[in-house]
Amino acid sequence: MTGSLQSAPGPFFGEFGGRFVPEALMAALDELTDAYDKARVDPAFSEELERLARDYTGRPSIITEVPRFAAHAGGARVFLKREDLNHSGSHKINNVLGQALLTKRIGKKRVIAETGAGQHGVATATAAALMDLECVIYMGEEDTERQALNVARMRLLGAEVIPVATGTRTLRDAINEAFRDWVANVETTNYVFGTAAGPHPFPAMVRDFQRVISVESREQMLALGGLPDAVLACVGGGSNAIGSFDAYLDDTDVRLIGCEAAGDGVETGRHAATLTGGRPGILHGSMSYILQDDEGQTQPSHSISAGLDYPGVGPEHTWLSSIGRAEYWPVTDAEAMDAFRLLTRTEGIMPAIESAHALAGAIRLGTELGPDATLLVTLSGRGDKDVEQAARWFDMFPGEDA
Amino acid sequence: MSAITDRIDACKAEGRAALVGYLPVGYPDVDTSLEAMRVFVEAGCDIVEVGPPYSDPVLDGPVIQHAAAIALEGGVRVDDAFRAVSVVAQAGAVPVIMAYANLMLSRGWERFATDLVAAGGAGVITPDLTPDASPEWIAAARAAEVDTIFLTAPSTTRERMQLTADASRGFVYATSLMGVTGERASVGDAAADVVARTREAGAERVCVGLGVSTGRQAAEVARFADGVIVGSAFVKAMGDAGDLKALRVKVEELAAGVRGEA
Repeated sequence: MTGSLQSAPGPFFGEFGGRFVPEALMAALDELTDAYDKARVDPAFSEELERLARDYTGRPSIITEVPRFAAHAGGARVFLKREDLNHSGSHKINNVLGQALLTKRIGKKRVIAETGAGQHGVATATAAALMDLECVIYMGEEDTERQALNVARMRLLGAEVIPVATGTRTLRDAINEAFRDWVANVETTNYVFGTAAGPHPFPAMVRDFQRVISVESREQMLALGGLPDAVLACVGGGSNAIGSFDAYLDDTDVRLIGCEAAGDGVETGRHAATLTGGRPGILHGSMSYILQDDEGQTQPSHSISAGLDYPGVGPEHTWLSSIGRAEYWPVTDAEAMDAFRLLTRTEGIMPAIESAHALAGAIRLGTELGPDATLLVTLSGRGDKDVEQAARWFDMFPGEDA
Repeated sequence: MSAITDRIDACKAEGRAALVGYLPVGYPDVDTSLEAMRVFVEAGCDIVEVGPPYSDPVLDGPVIQHAAAIALEGGVRVDDAFRAVSVVAQAGAVPVIMAYANLMLSRGWERFATDLVAAGGAGVITPDLTPDASPEWIAAARAAEVDTIFLTAPSTTRERMQLTADASRGFVYATSLMGVTGERASVGDAAADVVARTREAGAERVCVGLGVSTGRQAAEVARFADGVIVGSAFVKAMGDAGDLKALRVKVEELAAGVRGEA
């Protein structure tokens, strides 16, 4: 008998995962693992997390069927799992509340986090305000420029935002800098990691905190008539995708499709489609796929979406890809922006550009499968933060008329 | 016994600590960095730690990050690190490499070890690879008779001290403080404590790195450690202009320090 694929505990997922970090961090990671192992079986912890999910985040998040959008996706039935309606605007809050509670349990008073688009930074700053924690957010300088509104949001919430000017000035450098802070301040500080990557226990722990997405959506879809033919989610590091997939892993008839950012196109080299264009390597504490040159130097990634602009991917995704349980599709900037506009115009729902990659995947799959198919797409975040960028893409600013 | 332990023991016989100097190869350019390796040896480094620059150096502070970025922009290759190893060996010091894990994995653990031996190198320091994370590396290194130099830190638990001391060959790299590479105003009490705890776990030779930048600090550390590791201060002395005279002066200062002459 084959065991369940759900909730794999780590540290390794197949040959991927593990813990490749400086010795200085090993004690803190052990402490965090122990604290989490105790918390996950402690009813008081689960109850507190459920209370926050219900009374603060607004869970369960709803499912919305989008027929006018679906008309452009081969006429398939398309449903959205509305993580964009969560308090603070994305799925990131699910993970952050869990890790912030854990921070309190281990008696630390300061949290640090990295952020790309700013969604995880905003969520962390939100939880820190709620739970009275000092909060420092590292954000690549380029991302602070393209997501200026989120920088202001974090600062308004009381967080210190530190722009990272080294390297490619994006998410990957923000993670490097957060690790450096953690090495120096580990005694007082917990690193609230934003995605299902990094060293053990982060990939499994973040997945567990995001699992609520698929646990809810599976019940909701069954109540609506049955499991979907496919679940689609965007993948940068992969936290909303792994949370969207987990409860379906043993439903072998449900296709699981992660949509990676193909930027200008995988063939151009200017992309962030790690599972499509990368190979195995060690980055940010775990063994997974990474975009790298022939010597193992990390390659710069590119995506219109700051949240997907990352040259690595969570190790559990690499494993699911390697065993064929999930598929990973590249979606270009242009495809994602078309899907962004389509959903906004047909349904009055403005998605985050990250989430628009999953919508583009749904258009492709619906067109392929036709009207009999039922697709579930995780709308991981809302598009308010992306208005400026989208307006520029579509030449909608006054005075920019073509 | 190895070239590394022989050299540390020889220093000990002279009543002093060994000076271990770090430099990223390719900074400010490959030729100057190779020249700098010779200066290191002439001015008194016993062991030279060659760093192949890496795109994501999480254990390095601003000075070495900057140097690595310049070297990578200049097109440095991992092969250049092996060239630097040869230069150091010919100049008469013991060469080791300090490499982030992905550069080793990408080349292949076995090939990395055998290439190092072919170049005349003696060991590898692995800043983001602990013994429990690297059975493949340890196996490859043992087969090629390359020393595996692992790190301990102020936060290292008793169990992990044991693990690290057992798996290390040549010496154990004790980080003097919680933090990344770079100069500090003083080397805190934590350094002596880490060294003592590393020794209690059975390590015979312990060198101290992170934060040492002056002859006086080196002299202080030399009282309780078998070797003093200096990186950022040398990189900074040389600077983007590749000032080898300034580098020589700085190395001589630290070499006097490990001899208690500062």
